[in-house]
Amino acid sequence: MSIRVVLPAHLRQLARSEKEISLDAEPTQRGVIDALEQRYPALRGTLRDPATGQRRAFVRFYACEQDLSHESPDRPLPAAVAQGNEAFRIIGAMAGG
Amino acid sequence: MSGVRVLVGTRKGAFVLTSDDRRRDWQVNGPHFAGWEVYHVAGSPADPDRIWAAPSGGWFGQVIQRSDDGGRTWDPVGNDFSYASPAGEHQWYDGTLRPWEFSRVWHLEPSATDRDLVYAGIQDAALFRSSDGGESWHELRGLREHGSGPEWQPGAGGLCLHTIVLHPSDPDRIVVAISAAGVFRTDDGGATWRPINQGLLSEGIPSPAAEVGHCVHNLTMHPARPNTLYMQKHWDVMRSDDAGEHWREISGNLPSDFGFPIAVHAHEPETVYVVPITSDSHHFPPDGKLRVYRSRTGGDEWDALTDGLPQQNCYVDVLRDAMAVDTLDQCGVYFGTTGGQVYASSDSGDSWMPIVRDLPAVLSVEVQTL
Repeated sequence: MSIRVVLPAHLRQLARSEKEISLDAEPTQRGVIDALEQRYPALRGTLRDPATGQRRAFVRFYACEQDLSHESPDRPLPAAVAQGNEAFRIIGAMAGG
Repeated sequence: MSGVRVLVGTRKGAFVLTSDDRRRDWQVNGPHFAGWEVYHVAGSPADPDRIWAAPSGGWFGQVIQRSDDGGRTWDPVGNDFSYASPAGEHQWYDGTLRPWEFSRVWHLEPSATDRDLVYAGIQDAALFRSSDGGESWHELRGLREHGSGPEWQPGAGGLCLHTIVLHPSDPDRIVVAISAAGVFRTDDGGATWRPINQGLLSEGIPSPAAEVGHCVHNLTMHPARPNTLYMQKHWDVMRSDDAGEHWREISGNLPSDFGFPIAVHAHEPETVYVVPITSDSHHFPPDGKLRVYRSRTGGDEWDALTDGLPQQNCYVDVLRDAMAVDTLDQCGVYFGTTGGQVYASSDSGDSWMPIVRDLPAVLSVEVQTL
């Protein structure tokens, strides 16, 4: 299943990728991040703490104008994301004043 | 010898400054890893084209980047600094216990002889080793598991292992410094460690001569005198001549013995440099004058070096990893400031000139002599 993923600038720089990429992934947060790390090993540890597997505090996941950050990582993503009509957006939360 | 390469880590990226051996005209390359906090950049003495950098940030954590072409291009390597055993607990600022938790790499220390061997000091304090050029990291867990671990407490910057001193000929001996636990030494390659803080006095802790709990800011060693260690402690400049077994104060006539970095001349093991800072609450130089102090007697007697440095209205800080020396015949000395200046002296500190003035706040300065 091809899922569109939008990366923030710091991670595009690290992965040397375009702003938006397409991934074959299970349509869950965990599935998307697993596939992302598989294709771009440089992103390992940047979204989830390697020791705990927890989402980093200032990383947010948005799609379909919803904040999905606090959803279970195994909950199915919205159908529009799973079907490739909407992008799964990874955001560095506004911070720093 | 054909020149020098100065590796600068800043709050918003890394910069590579290069010059020929006259050290008058500089090329500035960067920012690399723009937007990332780069606590340290260090080159391999065994292969100067190999350089590691430690960019981190509040959003996306820690990455490690490696260059194999002298800092022109970089590739990410391993960034998994998972502790090798259950993390345990250390003191928190309020006296409660808090689990050990990785937050960033403070310092990278490449081997002098093996281009694939590099050590990393991290926060919360632990020492990691990579023998594959940084692709994978393994904790030397005997340090964190030292019985005094639950007594370690963070300094203002966190519970960080910020200094790693490798013995020039004995690979089993490593000395590290942790804020605010103190200095520890292994003589068996990192399996076991013991605190070596005898002689340190810290008024800010309940027992000033305690075995652990000292806020050591930086250590340095001349490779020709591996048993002599110099220390900038939170307050006090110190020296040991028996590999850290005993320490004595050498602050002498310094205008303040608070500071962060300490460096030793490349060819004169008794010539030492510090940058006095007013106090732990005033993180700027005394009297608004940026002065490096040099002792040519191994401490106790210090002279201010001011030629080329601002002597009025200067209120920058110089952080613990932000001073280094080159090994050219006329030793060069370099330091960076929180105001974004990197100053260089090509005459052992007699005179200074800024290489750059307007970088982001400088976190670290290292020098490669090419």
